[in-house]
Amino acid sequence: MPHRDVPRIVYADAFRRLCRARDLVHDRFRDPLTVRDLARAAGMSPYHFLRLFNDVFGVTPRQYLMRVRLDHARELLVGGASVTDVCFDVGFSSLGSFSSLFRREVGRSPSDYQRHKRVIVGVPATIGRLWVPHCFLMHYTNAIFEKPSTAPLG
Amino acid sequence: MIQRQSHTSIPVLDQESAKTFYTEKLGFEVRTDADAGGFRWLTVGPKGQPDLEIALMPIKPGMMWDEERARTVKDLVGKGTFGFGAFATDDCRATYEELRVRGVEFAGPPAERPYGIEAVLKDDSGNWFALVQHR
Repeated sequence: MPHRDVPRIVYADAFRRLCRARDLVHDRFRDPLTVRDLARAAGMSPYHFLRLFNDVFGVTPRQYLMRVRLDHARELLVGGASVTDVCFDVGFSSLGSFSSLFRREVGRSPSDYQRHKRVIVGVPATIGRLWVPHCFLMHYTNAIFEKPSTAPLG
Repeated sequence: MIQRQSHTSIPVLDQESAKTFYTEKLGFEVRTDADAGGFRWLTVGPKGQPDLEIALMPIKPGMMWDEERARTVKDLVGKGTFGFGAFATDDCRATYEELRVRGVEFAGPPAERPYGIEAVLKDDSGNWFALVQHR
């Protein structure tokens, strides 16, 4: 997650309240959270909350929520869950919007990502997660290091 | 700061044969033997060093090696071109005898060196290793 130093104008109390809202995203990312919900958790007006959140964390609350959902989606995909299950499990209500956001942010479609990652980590259910160092993988697969996407979240 | 080496690899001509050699002849244990989605990830290690995994890597064309290079490496390994490290033992002469009885090929009997007693063995692919009893 992007992080910036807290601007001096954000007092400790406001920062704590922003963190409370941010924690709510992590606790309830599966729910249809709104800016109003988060602003309420921070005890601020939606307008004030939006502005301060963006100043402090460098992303909008919606971008933050999407990234948390995508982080969880990546874990579930690597674990072998179906794309549809992952989509709804992490809080998206549309497979299309999940897939296009995933592709834009991660650089691959969810199913491509799953194939790629499962080549890397294997994950036979009987032996748990398998780690094969990348230098060895390069001998056998076309696995490449992922480059983080710079595309903005929708 | 790098703390320790966790993985290393040895190129082998045949993974199954190498597995037998490293476990039944050298007495190593298998750390991982799994299908990693298109290739076999096989690692072994000495029983006394549980945090090290030695990958027994088949010499195959892939992203890093094309057909010709893989063939060349295979040929070089088979001809005993490479040394891949040293195994430590508390008693080189006894271990030498033990391994020789099991059919391990040595370059010669243990010899006194400035740093200890050493014998040099070859694995079933052709890779050389020192067996060292340090002073």
